[in-house]
Amino acid sequence: MRAQKATAGEAEGISGAQAKVPEGTRAVLDGPEINRALTRIAHEVLERTKGGQEVTLLGIPSRGVPLAQRLARRIERVEDLAVPTGSLDITMYRDDLRLAPARALGRTEIPDGGLDDRVVVLVDDVLFSGRTVRAALDALGDLGRPRAVQLAVLVDRGHRELPIRADYVGKNLPTSLRENVDVRLSETDDQDAVLLGPARSRAGSAGSADQEVDS
Amino acid sequence: MRHLLSAGDLDRDQATLILDTASELAQVGDRSVKKLPTLRGRTVVNLFYEDSTRTRTSFELAAKRLSADVINFSAKGSSVSKGESLKDTALTLQAMGADGVVIRHSASGAAHRLSHWVDGSVLNAGDGTHEHPTQALLDAFTMRNRLGTLEGLRVAVVGDVMHSRVARSNVLLLTTLGAEVTLVAPPTLLPVSVGTWPCEVSYDLDSVLPKSDVVMMLRVQGERMNESFFPSVREYSRNYGLDGERLGRMPEHAIVMHPGPMVRGMEISAEVADSPRCTVTEQVANGVSLRMAVLYLLLGGS
Amino acid sequence: MPDNHGPYLIRGARPLGGDPVDLLLRDGTVARVGTDLEAPEGAQVVDAEGLIALPGLVDLHTHLREPGREDAETVETGSRSAAMGGFTAVHAMANTDPVADTAGVVEQVWHLGRESGLCDVRPVGAVTVGLAGEQLSEIGAMADSAAKVRVFSDDGKCVSDALLMRRALEYVKAFDGVVAQHAQEPRLTEGAQMNEGCVSDRLGLPGWPAVAEEAIIARDCLLAQHVGSRLHVCHVSTKGSVDIIRWAKERGCDVTAEVTPHHLLLTDELVEGYDPIYKVNPPLRTEEDVLALREGLADGTIDVVATDHAPHPVEAKETEWSNAAMGMVGLETALAVVQRTMVDTGLLTWDQVADRMSATPARIGRLDGHGRALSEGEPANVVLYDPAAPVGVDGTAMVTKSSNTPFRGMTLPGQVRATFLRGVPTVLEGKTA
Repeated sequence: MRAQKATAGEAEGISGAQAKVPEGTRAVLDGPEINRALTRIAHEVLERTKGGQEVTLLGIPSRGVPLAQRLARRIERVEDLAVPTGSLDITMYRDDLRLAPARALGRTEIPDGGLDDRVVVLVDDVLFSGRTVRAALDALGDLGRPRAVQLAVLVDRGHRELPIRADYVGKNLPTSLRENVDVRLSETDDQDAVLLGPARSRAGSAGSADQEVDS
Repeated sequence: MRHLLSAGDLDRDQATLILDTASELAQVGDRSVKKLPTLRGRTVVNLFYEDSTRTRTSFELAAKRLSADVINFSAKGSSVSKGESLKDTALTLQAMGADGVVIRHSASGAAHRLSHWVDGSVLNAGDGTHEHPTQALLDAFTMRNRLGTLEGLRVAVVGDVMHSRVARSNVLLLTTLGAEVTLVAPPTLLPVSVGTWPCEVSYDLDSVLPKSDVVMMLRVQGERMNESFFPSVREYSRNYGLDGERLGRMPEHAIVMHPGPMVRGMEISAEVADSPRCTVTEQVANGVSLRMAVLYLLLGGS
Repeated sequence: MPDNHGPYLIRGARPLGGDPVDLLLRDGTVARVGTDLEAPEGAQVVDAEGLIALPGLVDLHTHLREPGREDAETVETGSRSAAMGGFTAVHAMANTDPVADTAGVVEQVWHLGRESGLCDVRPVGAVTVGLAGEQLSEIGAMADSAAKVRVFSDDGKCVSDALLMRRALEYVKAFDGVVAQHAQEPRLTEGAQMNEGCVSDRLGLPGWPAVAEEAIIARDCLLAQHVGSRLHVCHVSTKGSVDIIRWAKERGCDVTAEVTPHHLLLTDELVEGYDPIYKVNPPLRTEEDVLALREGLADGTIDVVATDHAPHPVEAKETEWSNAAMGMVGLETALAVVQRTMVDTGLLTWDQVADRMSATPARIGRLDGHGRALSEGEPANVVLYDPAAPVGVDGTAMVTKSSNTPFRGMTLPGQVRATFLRGVPTVLEGKTA
């Protein structure tokens, strides 16, 4: 996390929306492209949920949370509809807890009114093995009984290990297992970009916690 | 962090992580399913050599909310030496595959000793007159929830400091977290070297109260009177008991805490105990979340 | 006895750390002292080059546990342990089961010592019946017994009743005996677990204040002077005690005092991990106390080093601190600890070590034939010690039946190579004979 922040700081110095791309990686989505993808997803959500009246957005920490908030803003702009938005931490439901020291928890915030009979759209940055989503589905089951659960991701990089697919995808990105997808958002990283680079060791990939879950 | 034996083992980051984790886990109690799958397949043994229904129940509920298998291994009787030795018990628990052992014992240092004999994590749930780290953590958690921060918080700990494991753990933890602790007691109930502790000391409750954000009353056992620690219950209570009048002299935002069980009429009057500024029941509720956090952080990882 | 009665020619040993000489031991005495002595016919030659020769050490304070706790130690195993430590005489403390408070028990212990033949065992008699501190035991009968008891002590318990202590001090004058007091005010130490101070307060262990020891020592010194008796103070452990004894000696009180090797080296910080291997009575004190004890031993305020060898079975120590037994084994490490704390620090010379560990304890115990000079015609009680043979301490490798040494894992600077009791080796080449 620390190293990544330093890089982001330098990016600020460069000025402009141009993504700062670390050596050995390339940008597969830049800021404007991320914006367009989210706008499209917002429209798709409204279409598929027939106006979005029953939708609750739940971002999966860390980067799913700002993505969910951005989606909510876009839906509000289009339909003048305040979508209940919250976050769902899946740490306690992970299937790989015993592979690493105990982790700090992310925030779980269920919007007022709860999840019963809502159409819950889970929002995450990268869909990879599907294990994060599996954990999120388990967590949801303990929190209430939604009418339906859907999944929105900014990037689907393939290599699923579970029978899970996304309902809304910003970009399908064919990758090799030797590659690493790194989503950066201005809320958490001071810039918007999706970077593709060589896979780092587990210890070195602290900047993309969600991917670490999936790999 | 492998064991939790002393509040002094925690640095500021670790202590804060525990409190933050407890904040998140506090929500579980409000959910439709009050359970997380995190410690499924893990075994937690509650090894209680002293009767303490509230602490044991708190740990038991915490472990069960994390889906751990819980075994209550109560070893009643005043003297362990009469029966199986602590070491033999430890080896038994080891053979049963205990991942974590929560131990309450009348001997100071029992948790330390146990940690040498078992592979699993050891949680000190109170050892003699030494420490009770989860109590201090839940106290700090309660203070943070009520007053927002611990940094610079002025905490008075009043009563039988000498024999109090709660006081020892609180002095260590609160100091680590930036609070300013003042111990208030008659000189007989203060350790001889208290001057070397990282806190202030006063014999005068009335002068400390107006300057305190938190007043933590410790239980004072009536038997202490027979050992000449103070002349009479009446005199103790007059000088160091918290009643409505004294409560009135505290700042408006200040809260009253007590680790329980309270001795009403001794260190605390019924009026104060039942006041909304008294956090006793809140402390109990927070105890479960806090112990979930500790169990998760000790047993949840690799 | 095996046919090892000698003669033995010790070559090149340095008596009291002085110049190398040869010592011929024959018929139980030091037959000749000189350079380049010729080995008589049949003599066994012991190469002692570089080794210090001291008169056989005398311990005023040993717990041999027999009768009663033969699982911890017996007179025989304890004697062997003593020999390994360079001792040729030990005083066996009275807190056995039954208590050594009658002529019968002290004679039993004395006989067991004679049978083992590894070391002269001098029983200590209890001051009060059953160590209960209520009624004098038959001190005269013990003094008149075959064991010829001269040292009386309720060690483990304090003779806290001032009147009873006065009577005991007076009574032993009849046969030139001495009362060795375990100075511990009982009310101030009820439930006490370790030295009272920063560490006990932090660990939540009931404290054992220095004043509980000092108050009794002060009282006893005043009593002893009043009745004109001699007093011996067991295991002095605090700076204040050293000051009080120094003061008492200055004003003419006939008091002697001992310090244990562990109190010369270890401090209460070791209790931090709650390992009862460090639990002992009196408790380990602070650095300041340790330094004052060393100084007191150096300037003669404290007269002797005594081990307070206190063996305990494993289960008595592998338990919670407050349930664990108090005591440490010490016979086999005593000389090396004294070297480390007193000789290597320049506080004592080797001839002073001989005084503190042999001559003076023998004099206090009125023990003839021990603590004598290494000169011709004297009893051949000799220890050969290598001061330059560092060794890691391992309780399980010791010859004592127990293994509760607080020095385990430490490296001590030297080792006993040989011990001779009246010319007969009890230890040779670092092994019991």
